[in-house]
Order: sequence, then structure tokens, then C-alpha cells
Amino acid sequence: MRRSASVVILAAVLTIGFVGTVEGRRGFALSAQEKMSTMEVKIDNFSFGPVTLTVPVGTTVTWINRDDIPHTVVSTDDSKTFKSKVLDTDEKFSFTFSKAGTYPYFCSIHPKMTGKVIVQ
Amino acid sequence: MSEKKKDELLHDHNHDGIDRRGFLKCMAWAGTGAFCVMKGGVLNSYSLSRLSETSTSDMMGELSFVQISDSHMGFNKPANPDVAGTLKAAVDKINALSRAPEFMLHTGDISHLSKPEEFDTVDQILKSATSKDVFYVPGEHDVLNDDGKQFLERYGKGSKGGGWYSFDKKGVHFIGLVNVMNLKAGGLGTLGHEQLEWMEDDVKHLKKSTPIVVFAHIPLWSVYPEWGWGTEDSAQALAYLKKFGSVTVLNGHIHQTMQKVEGNVTFHTAASTAFPQPAPGKADSPGPMKVPAEQLKSVLGITDVNCIQGKYALAVVDSSLA
Repeated sequence: MRRSASVVILAAVLTIGFVGTVEGRRGFALSAQEKMSTMEVKIDNFSFGPVTLTVPVGTTVTWINRDDIPHTVVSTDDSKTFKSKVLDTDEKFSFTFSKAGTYPYFCSIHPKMTGKVIVQ
Repeated sequence: MSEKKKDELLHDHNHDGIDRRGFLKCMAWAGTGAFCVMKGGVLNSYSLSRLSETSTSDMMGELSFVQISDSHMGFNKPANPDVAGTLKAAVDKINALSRAPEFMLHTGDISHLSKPEEFDTVDQILKSATSKDVFYVPGEHDVLNDDGKQFLERYGKGSKGGGWYSFDKKGVHFIGLVNVMNLKAGGLGTLGHEQLEWMEDDVKHLKKSTPIVVFAHIPLWSVYPEWGWGTEDSAQALAYLKKFGSVTVLNGHIHQTMQKVEGNVTFHTAASTAFPQPAPGKADSPGPMKVPAEQLKSVLGITDVNCIQGKYALAVVDSSLA
């Protein structure tokens, strides 16, 4: 009885361990996927790339200026959610989106430059 | 100077003594260094390289001033790693003019990043110009971070609101406008309701024979809206100037010279003293345009403006730094 119990326990532990590993692997795959999907917006040639970025709640988006002219990142929603300082070439600005919603923004120096972050 | 006879009033379709076609023809020469003077409705042109042969009384006007623009002090990328040097070259050019301009207009983007040391450097360099008086309007690069507070403290004495003002020199009325504040997403330059109301009031009682010069950073006509090269509500401003016989609009921002004549209004944009930008639509974006180092000075420049007769368009002449 004890032996079969220990076999059962061993089997259970192995199963949990196996399931745990699979879960872990899936979790690892998810975060690798997250890392591969764009959480970065490149600013170059007077434009934001990508123009529209869709991210899950809790994502930190980093804008990096690769242009040879300074730009800013200023949200245009009613609550003026984020506003960067002036970013010269290679400077960055990050913002963590903790609430779902659509966040349009623009460059306050060159107002024709617009972009959008959709947080789901 | 047999050339002079060829430039007399040839086309006077509006019967107002203004040879617009001749004026535009002259403007096309301006890039190669022609000095055009409107005298009694007749356009005379003199090659800048032969100015020494020209009698100074021929070139005397009642008023002359220089426009410089877009010095972008602090810019240091390949398009021009030495903007202080090219600004100094522009001042040398101004100091070499046979007739010292009475004052200078700077149509904005004095600094590149609104940093105090950048403004200080420009002030220092301009101190060595023969004309000590400089009148400024801000560019979008001058009002970063602080909604223009620093700009107003330095250059905005006597100005209203966001830094607009007017003054008179020898019977010519100058209006400095600000169209780089409160820019809206997806929009162009903007003057705003308060400034427009002020302007309407400012010109209301002026005689229509008063020559008007308006200066602002972003062009007051639609040069290329796709790149933000225009002002949303400039039509209203120009409507207030309809009654005047001579209106000259001087702008910067696009880092190249362009001119347009529309009725009684002559629009003119200046070259930058820092770096050139591409012609409308000729590149992906309106960023700094790199040219071979030896060509840089030929695409940067100053603008010399002369007013001879009160009722006619001012003679506006661009010259490059090389």
C-alpha cells in the first residue's frame, strides 16, 4: 500500500513537475514573444515608427529619437497622459501604460508628426 | 550701364506703376547676386559684383535692413558641424554691405534647443554686426520646455501675449508675429484669436499708403502643408492688410529662399545661416539637407531689404554666404 502510495505521489509530483515545466516553457515563450513585439517606437525622418502601436496593459513603451533633429512625445488625450522633455538624437522617453485605452500623441515641435498607442 | 534701360517698366497691366513681371524676373536673379532697386516705379538692377561701379545715390533708399533666420545655435550634426562659424560668416557679409543696414530682423530658430548658452552665443556673435539693433520673433526651437518664457525674457520686452509687437521706422510699419506656440496635433503654424485681434487693432488707423512689413517664423502662405510649411489662420491676418498698397511678408523656417507675389503682398522666405532643407516634396522629410562641405556656404544666406518709395514693394535681395 505504501509503495503504491509513493508511486502515486511520485507520479503526481512528476506530473505536476511536467505540467509546471510545460507552463513554464509556454510562459517563457510568451515573454520572448513580448520581447519580439514592438514596445519601442523609433522616431526618424519626422515620423513615428510604427505610427500605431498596440500593446497589452502594463507595457512600457520607449520612444527613441534616431532623427538628426529634436522631437517630443506629447499625448493629446483629454487628460494629457504623458509629455516628454525635448529628445535630441539618441535620447529616449518611456511611459508605462497601466490603463487600457487609445492614446493619440504628437510631436509638439513638428505637429504634423502624429502617432497612437492602443492599450488592450 | 546699358542693362539699365532694358529693365524699365515693361508690363504695367494693373496700371499702378508696379512692374510685377519685371520684379519677379529680378527676384530670379537675386540668387546669383543682383541688387534690385525700385525707384519711381522703375525697376533697376545692379550686379552685386559690379556694385563698386554703381553710384551710391542710385542705391540709396529711405530705409534698409537685413533679415537673417534659423541660426539654430547648438546644432552640430553633419549637415553643419559649425553653425557658429556660418553665423559669423553671415555677420561678415552684413558688415561688407556698402550701406550699413539700420537694423536686423531675426525670423526665429535662434537656438536649436532653447538652451541659455545657445541664445548667449548668438547674442555674442551678432554684437559684432554693424547694425546693433536686432528685432526677433521666435521659432519653434526657441520655445521648447517653457512655453517661451525664456525667449520672452530675453527678446520680448514691450511685446504682447506670446511675444507679438509692432514698431515704425522711417514711415514703414513693422509687425512681428508669433506662429509657433500652442501648435495642435496634425496642424500648421497658428496665430490665434488674441494675436489676430491685436493685429486688427494695430493697423486699423494706419494710412493705406504706409508700407507694411510683417515678419514671423513659419511662412504665412501655404508653401507645403504636408511638411507643416504654412499657417492655419494667416488668411485672417492678411485680410486686415488688404487696404495697404505695399505689404512685404518675411518668414523663415523652411531654410531656403522662396518668393511669391499676390496682389499687393510680396511673400519672401529667407535661407538659414545654419543648414539648408530640401525643396518641398523633394525628400522624405524636411530635415537638414547634407551638401558637400565646399558647397555649404552657397546654400546659406542673408536677405537685404531696401525701401525706396513708400508706395511700392520693397526691394528684397538674397545673397548666399559664398
